[in-house]
Amino acid sequence: MKPYWVVFGARFRALLQYRAAALAGVGTQLFWGVVRMMIFAAFYRSSTAPQPMTYPEVVTYIWLGQAMLLLVIFRADPDVKTMIDTGSVAYELARPLDLYTLWFFRALASRTAPVVLRIVPVLLFAGLLLGLQPPDSPLCALLWVVSTAAAAFLSAALSTLLTVSLLWTLAGEGINRMMFGLIWFLSGIVIPLPLFPDWLQPVLNFLPFRGLLDTPFRIYMNHIPTDRALLAIGHQLAWTVVFVILGRAILGVGKRRLVVQGG
Amino acid sequence: MAAAGKRNRVQIRGAGVLADGFFLYGRYVRTSLKAQMQYRASFLMLTMGTFITTAAEFLGIWALFDRFSQLQGWSLPEVALLYGMAHISFSLSEALGRGFDVFPGMVKNGDFDRVLLRPRNTALQIAAKEVDLLRLGRLTQGVLVVGWALWTVKVDWTFPHVLLLIVSVLSGACLFIGLFVLQATLSFWTIESLEIANTLTYGGVETAQFPLEIYHHWFRRFFTFIVPLACLNYFPSLTLLGRPVPDGFPSYFPWMAPGICLAFLLLALGVWQFGVRHYHSTGS
Amino acid sequence: MPQIVVENLVKKFRVAERAPGMWGALRGVVRRRYRDVYALGGVSFSLEPGELVGYIGPNGAGKSTTVKILAGILVPDSGRCEVLGRVPWKQRVEHVRRIGVVFGQRTQLWWDLPAIESFELLRDVYRVDRSRYREKLDELVALLNLQPLLDVPVRQLSLGQRMRCDLTASLLHSPPLLFLDEPTIGLDAVTKLAVRDFVKKLNRERGVTVILTTHDMDDIEALCDRVVVIGEGKILCDGTLEELRTRVTTERWLTVDLLDENGSIEDPDVDVVSREGHRVRLRFDPERVSTADLVARIAANHPIHDLFVENPPIEEIIARLYGERDS
Repeated sequence: MKPYWVVFGARFRALLQYRAAALAGVGTQLFWGVVRMMIFAAFYRSSTAPQPMTYPEVVTYIWLGQAMLLLVIFRADPDVKTMIDTGSVAYELARPLDLYTLWFFRALASRTAPVVLRIVPVLLFAGLLLGLQPPDSPLCALLWVVSTAAAAFLSAALSTLLTVSLLWTLAGEGINRMMFGLIWFLSGIVIPLPLFPDWLQPVLNFLPFRGLLDTPFRIYMNHIPTDRALLAIGHQLAWTVVFVILGRAILGVGKRRLVVQGG
Repeated sequence: MAAAGKRNRVQIRGAGVLADGFFLYGRYVRTSLKAQMQYRASFLMLTMGTFITTAAEFLGIWALFDRFSQLQGWSLPEVALLYGMAHISFSLSEALGRGFDVFPGMVKNGDFDRVLLRPRNTALQIAAKEVDLLRLGRLTQGVLVVGWALWTVKVDWTFPHVLLLIVSVLSGACLFIGLFVLQATLSFWTIESLEIANTLTYGGVETAQFPLEIYHHWFRRFFTFIVPLACLNYFPSLTLLGRPVPDGFPSYFPWMAPGICLAFLLLALGVWQFGVRHYHSTGS
Repeated sequence: MPQIVVENLVKKFRVAERAPGMWGALRGVVRRRYRDVYALGGVSFSLEPGELVGYIGPNGAGKSTTVKILAGILVPDSGRCEVLGRVPWKQRVEHVRRIGVVFGQRTQLWWDLPAIESFELLRDVYRVDRSRYREKLDELVALLNLQPLLDVPVRQLSLGQRMRCDLTASLLHSPPLLFLDEPTIGLDAVTKLAVRDFVKKLNRERGVTVILTTHDMDDIEALCDRVVVIGEGKILCDGTLEELRTRVTTERWLTVDLLDENGSIEDPDVDVVSREGHRVRLRFDPERVSTADLVARIAANHPIHDLFVENPPIEEIIARLYGERDS
């Protein structure tokens, strides 16, 4: 297991280098959050009908989303893409490490390092000035942390799946593009999932994507009561396992295909 | 006499250079399309993909209107007009300015040196390098939405209004291209600048989807005067929808709006030149 | 009238320092340290039209920095530079129109398209007159045997084929000055010879000035009348190959093939450089003992099969030159 953690550490450290990006990123996220706040404020002003979420809850949801944004930005590992394009992915295959696990840990580092850089300033700013509410209870907070960790693994599994699909260059790129938009939208980052039409809720509850942001946030706000939280976390983990199995299977096929095709 | 002759020659040379630039751009475009046409299957898939994802966005807005029924006095079809215009402009800019979008990668592996080794304007080369047909997905969606909006809402269709709609959309594309250019210019200074650019481009589209008046006043000012997103679709649509212009703005302001977008692009190109000069002194 | 004049070029770069380990990385987030690296510390030389110059030096010595400045891509911190009567970075478009550049490691052709399409696009970029283009293309295609390759997408070409196409692409606009940066790297022996042959012809028959940056000493020996050696940002040597040799050492090498594998050469005026089975390489100083005397002595005192005298290989010379610099 050690070499994989070394890979994780190396990539993590490499990503911490990008301070300018992190700073810009924090600025970006504050901007996005404020825009969304204003849009929802205008909607809530325009109607008195009762809604599944109150406006303060929406604000909290939005800011948690901004802090965790990088869990949702899906691109397949760009370095791997370059490797595949230039053919040097052959070197990866020759290494004495399991390729899937290698890519998984890289993906994990790519998701977590940028978040680490940004989560503190964003939450601080949002908490002090912009209306982010604290967690509903210490238990909520704890479960939230657990759920966020599960979300990180889910995110890594999903993006590794996308990376693996790149081995089918053209089809893979197509899938990547489609999936990015879909995942983005269905994770709750644009519109909180509870605000989607009621008839859509069962579908959203089944799909894995709520596990990226929606689940941890609703645990935080006690929207998902603590007794049901573990079930929700289980949902995240179950889908993670599904994606890992799928990813490994597809990679197996992909590897064989690569070897046959040559460069 | 001689001075006039010289001036004429300079003007002709200037026009010649411009025409020549367009011709070269066209050449590059043809080349790029040929290269992309090789991958027909993926082209279809990717187009569908972008159509689906952008359509999903609009459905999201529809869902919100379903719950809230109106947005500060704007109905869904009216917002749809804003939405459609923004997305059409953006997709046009994505198609034409994609070269700038992928520019950071170019600097990273030193390909910009080759651009400098060619006796042509650098911005032209970058813009022409990649013309992205795939934006058809978003474009189609935008057109459909605008079509539906205009069919549902009562618009006074005079010739000037039609012209305003078309020119606004085109100059809106110029605005977004300008943003892409600024984003690309950043990569002269730092390698990983991808995200901040997305604030103003993708973030800009999202912001422009909704009427400007729902935002705080400092926000409105920023997007009217600094990054004139409002001039892209908000102001022109005020005229098209017969809505009053906000206080402090002359009534003819919507007609000036497209010009402001164009000016933004020209400014962005100036910043680009500054960035190129910086590259000259630091290498890659 | 020199075609290129370079005087006291200085160029420094700021490099970010990265502290090792996780703690260092986190600290680096808050405060970053930089140091100045002098790529060029006062480089001067000049070139007449029609010269074929080899520009050599270890990695990081400043070769590509010099070439970039001469090409107009980079602006030096101080110093004077004039190429074809212009300051390269001040008049980029006009300057670039009159030079050709080939990078051994990166192609300037469009990856997905047949080579011929790249050529046509470049014709338009450089605004070459159509008939002139046709003439030039036919000439280059004939010289480099490109006919079967023209319609093949560039990504399907072998390295050697691509290099020949890159050479063509760089000459379509008939530049009087050509920069070749590692042109033979990674090429097979046959293509190397073809490229060398081509460059020689280009220089001798068409009078194209060539600056060749390379690590391959065979290229240098085959092509260059003049060699400029750069190390750590300074010119170490500028002259003919022969001058370079004698500057470093006057010694000669004597290679002897012994009859008896177990035999050895003993002589006060020689040092053994290397030994492989029958073959012994020796070095001696012709200023201390005349070559003729030494050869006669060795042949008389040892049972030998064959012997020959040569100059030390150029790699040896260069290595010593760098070593000199270090000490």
